[in-house]
Amino acid sequence: MPRLSCWFIRAALIYLAAGFTFGALMLFNKGVPLTPALWRLLPAHMEFLLLGWTAQLAIGVAFWILPRFGSARGNEPAAWAAFALLNAGVLLAGIGPLLAAPPLFFALGRLAEVGSAVALAVHAWPRIKPPGA
Amino acid sequence: MPPLTRWFVKSSLIYLIAALIVGAVMALQGVLPLPAGLAALGPAYVHLFMVGWVSQLIFGVVYWMFPKYSRAKPRGSEGLGWATYGLLNAGLILRVVGEPLIALRPEAGLGWLLALAALCQWLGGLAFVLNTWGRVKEK
Repeated sequence: MPRLSCWFIRAALIYLAAGFTFGALMLFNKGVPLTPALWRLLPAHMEFLLLGWTAQLAIGVAFWILPRFGSARGNEPAAWAAFALLNAGVLLAGIGPLLAAPPLFFALGRLAEVGSAVALAVHAWPRIKPPGA
Repeated sequence: MPPLTRWFVKSSLIYLIAALIVGAVMALQGVLPLPAGLAALGPAYVHLFMVGWVSQLIFGVVYWMFPKYSRAKPRGSEGLGWATYGLLNAGLILRVVGEPLIALRPEAGLGWLLALAALCQWLGGLAFVLNTWGRVKEK
């Protein structure tokens, strides 16, 4: 497994643990009420599990297993940019509302996520090719 | 494909069908005279799909295909793997059963079902992370 895939997948596992923890706290609170404040975890729960866990794991595995150019994986800086932007975006969009940060943080997070998708496409597009091409 | 992966993947297929049935029933609410309480199935629909189908399919394939942990224990701890499966599914089923029950009969004192569901799913998720972490490594 290449180094960047390790980074993607370890980050995805951290978001899985955090997202499950937030979800478990909210579900527990739904059955046995502790404090209504726990509902503020909902945006982070969704952001962490949809993008931080699921999407990030898929991207990390894609970087690992998509067809290569000999032993090279093509435009690696674009893939590293996707990693940085995705994680910046998930943190800003997920934790911003939790900390009652100004709406700008949430918007910047979502823009960073768009940037990560573009960077991923720039990296992965040429690797989607027939064998030997 | 190892037995645990087969359990994960086949279970995930059942959850996919279940999630889409719940989604269809909720959609029919606007067409047929169905009980208004069906709206309480929203969280069950989302979690049947995202935990039961998506995450469980991922867990099964990761357990099968990720780099070997060691020659003696290629897939890490088999016990942790089965604990992940048991806890995740027990928690999800408790939730899917408990949430509508509590919405329909809030006076019945069934809140502990959701607390137990939360604990089971949380421990299942942590068991997966713990068992997978050591298999994420450079060649």
